[in-house]
Amino acid sequence: MRLTATTVIALRALRRNKLRSVLTALGIIIGVAAVIAMVSIGNGAKSLVEGQIASLGRNVISVFPGSATTGGMRGGWGSSSTLTLEDAQAIEREVVGAVAVSGEVRDRQQVLANGLNWNTSVLGESPGYLGIRDWELAAGAMFTLADERSTAKVAVIGQTVVSNLFPDVDPIGQTIRIRNLPFKVVGVLKPKGFNFFGSDQDDVVIVPLTSAMRRVSRRQNLSGILIQAQTPESISRIQQDITDLLQQRRGGGEPDFTVRNQMELADAATATSRTMTALLGAIAGISLIVGGIGIMNIMLVSVTERTREIGIRLAIGAHDRDVRMQFLIEAMVLSILGGVLGVALGIGSSEIVSSQLGWPVLVSTTAVVVAVVVSAVIGIVFGFYPAHKASLLDPIDALRFE
Amino acid sequence: MTPVVQLENVTKTYSNGEVEVHAVRGISLTVQHGEFVAIMGSSGSGKSTLMNVLGCLDRPTSGRYLLDGVDTSGLDRNERADLRNRKLGFVFQGFNLLSRTTALENVELPMLYSVERLSSAERRRRALRALEIVGLSDRAEHLPNQLSGGQQQRVAIARALVNQPQVLLADEPTGNLDSRTSVEVMGVFQRLNNEGITIMMVTHELDIARFCRRNLIVRDGRIARDEAVPDRLVAEVEMQRLREAEAAAKLIASA
Ligand SMILES: Nc1ncnc2c1ncn2[C@@H]1O[C@H](COP(=O)(O)OP(=O)(O)OP(=O)(O)O)[C@@H](O)[C@H]1O
Ligand SMILES: [Mg+2]
Repeated sequence: MRLTATTVIALRALRRNKLRSVLTALGIIIGVAAVIAMVSIGNGAKSLVEGQIASLGRNVISVFPGSATTGGMRGGWGSSSTLTLEDAQAIEREVVGAVAVSGEVRDRQQVLANGLNWNTSVLGESPGYLGIRDWELAAGAMFTLADERSTAKVAVIGQTVVSNLFPDVDPIGQTIRIRNLPFKVVGVLKPKGFNFFGSDQDDVVIVPLTSAMRRVSRRQNLSGILIQAQTPESISRIQQDITDLLQQRRGGGEPDFTVRNQMELADAATATSRTMTALLGAIAGISLIVGGIGIMNIMLVSVTERTREIGIRLAIGAHDRDVRMQFLIEAMVLSILGGVLGVALGIGSSEIVSSQLGWPVLVSTTAVVVAVVVSAVIGIVFGFYPAHKASLLDPIDALRFE
Repeated sequence: MTPVVQLENVTKTYSNGEVEVHAVRGISLTVQHGEFVAIMGSSGSGKSTLMNVLGCLDRPTSGRYLLDGVDTSGLDRNERADLRNRKLGFVFQGFNLLSRTTALENVELPMLYSVERLSSAERRRRALRALEIVGLSDRAEHLPNQLSGGQQQRVAIARALVNQPQVLLADEPTGNLDSRTSVEVMGVFQRLNNEGITIMMVTHELDIARFCRRNLIVRDGRIARDEAVPDRLVAEVEMQRLREAEAAAKLIASA
């Protein structure tokens, strides 16, 4: 096979028609660029969401009041107030592998200190809460079990609260007033930024769960229970154990609570973006096929236009295979060229999108390789018919062609 | 010595649906190495058809064609392509050079398809040598549209020569050229023939045929006459005569 020579011939032909070559490849360029940009931006968004889901804590299982079948999370936290402190204590006591359990009440309250005031979310939690969420303290210490037992008026506060209430004072040891009750600040959290629901995770005041229930929100029911599983493998088992335990405590019947793990939350959060990616991927795929048809179209025109050239080649000794390979290589070079330019364009445009919108972009090597290979395959598939047609020409007829 | 071309009762019939055209009706012909044959005849007499058969571009309907002692009738499409590449050189009336391709690249073309693999440097060397033979080494990088008709035809001859064929076939090689350029091309042919290359060419012009050694007249698909040329013209002498005539014309014009 005179492959090198044939490749040289094909490249010369493409070089002679630079503008046409680029225009022919344009369909592929745009298709591949779309695929690469989609995948890069999608991956970036996914990694962002995953990072934020991970910031919820490690191996976390959440229990919400309200049944999944009757609305579940849609009812919102605490919409039907059926979870109790005793439920949380029972889980802590009886579920094997639950390394930390924290019942939780959430409330928005006006907090005063230092002559300033600030509306923030007040969380009632157990001392294990920071461990569950993987949160760390910047200064001071977390309140203790003793504080929880004695419904102590102590608080750990986030950075947003610090900057609003204690702009130039060290908050440790200071007093904040919630519902006119004085709470002593014992700890300050490290900054964490926004979570993937868009809320400021630093805008919190954490007080012992019992203090929150008796003194702040004054209610008997929990907004939720957070459980940390020992290992990722044990999550689903523990999830089942919790469900069984709570069901048993309620004496069966329709469950009035929902147990979710972190992965399920992540799935819910990425489901929309997955649908979008699939949709855009389909559009990109279609544009690749359209690009392939464009190549086929131009190659067919090119074969007709170059009938005399083909005749000359056949007359001086080209085999049908040489002619077929020449046109096939031309189509492949066009589509691979389109693929490579498309990858460059795709990476470039996703970088622009990321810098404009502040999204992270993850260019996947797999996507790049797949895109280039797919475009080569498109070149072969859509180049084959024109190439075959060219190779079937009769030298005399081709030479006579006007 | 085996003759280089041997036709035995070759016929060629074109059939377009109902109508059958007997373009060649039985030609037997032997051409020895080193001959220089002109084929003449009126339009439609079957000259081009005969040349296409001789050039292995077309198969005869019946009869045998032995090229260099080898029967060509059983060969398939690609085997005939190899034969054209190695043993035959074809020069067309319309030059048939690749446009937007330099003279050198045009001449290199047959080597790209030869069974023998040549390095690009060797291809270039041989192509330049062939251009030198036709007196065009200084036009190697020119494109066909930058060359005169005579120069284009000489590039085509160089291309036909580059694989050192047994026979050079030319169908009306001077058909698109003026008389002076025609003599120039015949000069190239005569030099090649003097070096031993067998040449067969079709021409309509009697005075062009007189540069050859042997003349065939084809009529109605048959050879009507086959004779040696008695008083052969020499291209160099004719060129000299043309130059003198032109000089004289100029003198008269300026006087
Ligand atoms: N492809 C074809 N199909 C049908 N008939 C053909 C074909 N090619 C040639 N012919 C016919 O065969 C006969 C011989 O044609 P050919 O081209 O060999 O003539 P020629 O001697 O070369 O003529 P000219 O001097 O005009 O070139 C003509 O009658 C022509 O019409
Ligand atoms: Mg003819």
